[in-house]
Amino acid sequence: MPNYTLTVNGETHRLNLPADMPLLWVLRDKLGIKGPKYGCGIGVCHACTSHLDGKEIQPCQVPVADAADREVTTIEGLADGDTLHPVQEAWLEEDVAQCGYCQPGQIMAAVALLKRTSNPTDADIDKIENVCRCGSYFRIREAIKRAAAKM
Amino acid sequence: MEDLNAATPSTARDPGRRRFLTLLVAAPTLTLATRLIGSEPVAEAAMRAPALADVADLGDVLILAGKPTSHLLVLELREDGTVRFQLPRAEVGQGITTAIAMLVAEELDVPLGKVEVHLDDARSELMMNQLTGGSNTIRSMYEPVRATAAAARGRLLAAAAIALGLPVDRLSTRDGAVVAPDGRSATYASLARPAADRALRAATVAPKKESTHTLVGTPTSRVDARAMVTGTLKYTLDLEVPGAMPTVLRRPPTINGSVRSVDDSAARRMPGVLGIAVIPTGVAVVAETFGQALDARDALKVVWNDGTIDGLSDADIQKKLRAAALPFAVPPVLTQHVDAEFDFAFASHAPMETNSAVADVREDRAEIWAGLKSPVVAKQTIAGQLGLPESKVTVHVTQGGGSFGRRLFFDAALEAAQVSQKLGRPVKLMWTRVDDMRHGRARPATHHKLRATLGLGKVLTYEHRVAAVETDFRHGLGEILTAMGSQLPVGGNLSFAQTVFHTTVKVPYDFGVVTELLSEIPLQMHTGSWRSVYSANTRGAEEILVDEIAEKLGKDPVAFRRSLLSSARQRAVLDKVASAGRWGRAMPRGFAQGVGFHEEYKSCTACLVEIDARDPRSPRVVKAVIAADVGRPINPRGLESQLLGGLTDALSTTLRAGLHIRDGLPLEGSYSQFHYARQKDTPRDVEIFVMPANGEPGGAGELGVPAAVGAVANAYARATGIRPRSFPINFPVDFTPFPR
Ligand code: FES
Ligand code: FES
Repeated sequence: MPNYTLTVNGETHRLNLPADMPLLWVLRDKLGIKGPKYGCGIGVCHACTSHLDGKEIQPCQVPVADAADREVTTIEGLADGDTLHPVQEAWLEEDVAQCGYCQPGQIMAAVALLKRTSNPTDADIDKIENVCRCGSYFRIREAIKRAAAKM
Repeated sequence: MEDLNAATPSTARDPGRRRFLTLLVAAPTLTLATRLIGSEPVAEAAMRAPALADVADLGDVLILAGKPTSHLLVLELREDGTVRFQLPRAEVGQGITTAIAMLVAEELDVPLGKVEVHLDDARSELMMNQLTGGSNTIRSMYEPVRATAAAARGRLLAAAAIALGLPVDRLSTRDGAVVAPDGRSATYASLARPAADRALRAATVAPKKESTHTLVGTPTSRVDARAMVTGTLKYTLDLEVPGAMPTVLRRPPTINGSVRSVDDSAARRMPGVLGIAVIPTGVAVVAETFGQALDARDALKVVWNDGTIDGLSDADIQKKLRAAALPFAVPPVLTQHVDAEFDFAFASHAPMETNSAVADVREDRAEIWAGLKSPVVAKQTIAGQLGLPESKVTVHVTQGGGSFGRRLFFDAALEAAQVSQKLGRPVKLMWTRVDDMRHGRARPATHHKLRATLGLGKVLTYEHRVAAVETDFRHGLGEILTAMGSQLPVGGNLSFAQTVFHTTVKVPYDFGVVTELLSEIPLQMHTGSWRSVYSANTRGAEEILVDEIAEKLGKDPVAFRRSLLSSARQRAVLDKVASAGRWGRAMPRGFAQGVGFHEEYKSCTACLVEIDARDPRSPRVVKAVIAADVGRPINPRGLESQLLGGLTDALSTTLRAGLHIRDGLPLEGSYSQFHYARQKDTPRDVEIFVMPANGEPGGAGELGVPAAVGAVANAYARATGIRPRSFPINFPVDFTPFPR
């Protein structure tokens, strides 16, 4: 099995793994990083959404080989110690979460969107595909706008 | 009458506990009792279930069923001044841990941040008082939680009276301390130990008057929101149970199929595989990672026995439903009438966190972790299946990633226990999304026949015949209904389904002579109540008919509804959405407004939506205005979340989300196929109004769905001129199904 160096939330890990193992299971089952959630395993629900070199990815769709020697950021790596990221703060202020299961992915998607465009329109927000089965979409929308205003 | 046993602080023998244990109040509506940690509950206030003559709804039945044990709540006041409350219910996103923490904080005068609410393990002694359903948590817990916290406050006051040398009636509580008029105070932290003294005499303290509430009733954010947004909240599969390894099942190609034979030779040789076992529902693979377990699962060669609905498809089911719908009593001859028939497809619960459980089964004991809304029945059943005494099985209730009715069933927990027992190792079992949609639970398909006869501008008679695929209530609710049956006013020997139907569905309008009847077809499928049980479809269909009757009578839908509602509360929510939503405003072609009303569990709500249906095959609800009167909102902010969720459920299942059954299995296997709404399908503008408190708390968790179903369908009809009759309205098989 090949050897990979993986940097997750600033920490470097060396792992012996099959090249095609999805990053989601490497994170969750090998590294114990449980923020990215399984919701479908095929790239449609976006519950696992995280960042690779600062860009949005769905770890269930990224083989570990593709993440080697690059920077992975999960929801756990978003805040700066106890200081939350402005998107997380906006999420608290709007009290977005219901069951919360989709929210790590929603937040990571929102952060990626705000990196691409600092002042997203409703149409930009509409393009976020993350499923929220609790139906918190309107609060997600409001929180993204609030975060944009903050940043 | 008082039965007082105060807990003693634990000794040096158990130093880990010392910081926690101080005062435990397992208290009471009528009897105050405390218990020792580690000992059996002392509180044996032998109370009978009161014989209530007037049981009006399912929630009342659940409250009644829980009464005999409603005092067995555990509240712990610790020496660091924090309060821990054990909630015998399941949190799955509905916000009850926050609402309950608010009730405790209010009653004890502690900051909300000092209250921790933990989900209770399955407690057999609670019997029927540990079921989360029927929008019932706040209704059933409101009094007992306040009484328990008030009892704790009483003991703190009594202890402070001694410490401060003043009579109790000179003292008050504020911000986690007992304060004296002279400015001296004693913190709860300092009182925790003396308050737990068995010898302390404390008077029974009544819960605070609601008019004095300062926290309850104010918009409050979720107590666990920070854990959620930082990714640290632990759902079942995030738990680190030593040795519990990833486990998945290979499931049959049709519902309820079973394993005939397995060739696992290839799968066993695959990397990471730790074990393979056949259980009644499929073949389990345990591996080092879920990725490896899934790969090995795919390498299994399984021959399957038939399932229970092989060969059956939607058209067959629909035919059976139509045949099962009971005939109308009133013939249409000579009377002016409005008739309509509706069909609703199966709908997956599809909670975001798929069905999952962790199990560690040993020779002589077992421990289970899962999101369970009926943990006592889960525990009893699992113990029976494992051949262990119930007392040797511990069932932990973990916070769930959504439910919508799904987690009333404990199938994942049972499977995990079976695999763990067979392989002799702890396992964490996850259902894949495909399995969750195809072999998971679903709201049953229904067929509806409605007839209203009219005369003198009024509805004279109204009939609704519902035919449904049988809803499975065998998760504890059935047992409750059996036990409470003799006390129900409905009489006779109604089935569970009939009882639920008649205790949840009612027409809120003055429709003259009303008859609503349910008939069920017994198909052995995995069904279950789905947020609002029968009401989403039944009341949704009625709300559509109300618009059609109004049209026939030449009346405005809001004014017509208003004229048929009898209470000021009902009319107030309708008026609110009509004014805030500017009912009747001019809209461009292809756009329209629609309205719906619903009442259940002593709460009522109205919903007004605006739809963009310029393309009738791709409509979008663009705006929603909702008003709700729940009698007494505990946390308006959480309530708004529930109503928002209900709206999203309604617009999803009304417009696009459903399951097609083909040859004994749903075709849909993921969110790319079961079209639950995404951001682009939901309104950019939502306004929610929570009416001020005016009575006791009603049910709220399911309230939002039926009114919104009506509003969306009515808006669609007005925008397109198409009368929707079958739901979801746009329901093509627009995908390639996953292989079976
Ligand atoms: S689990 Fe990765 S997109 Fe659904
Ligand atoms: S909050 Fe439950 S799925 Fe989004």
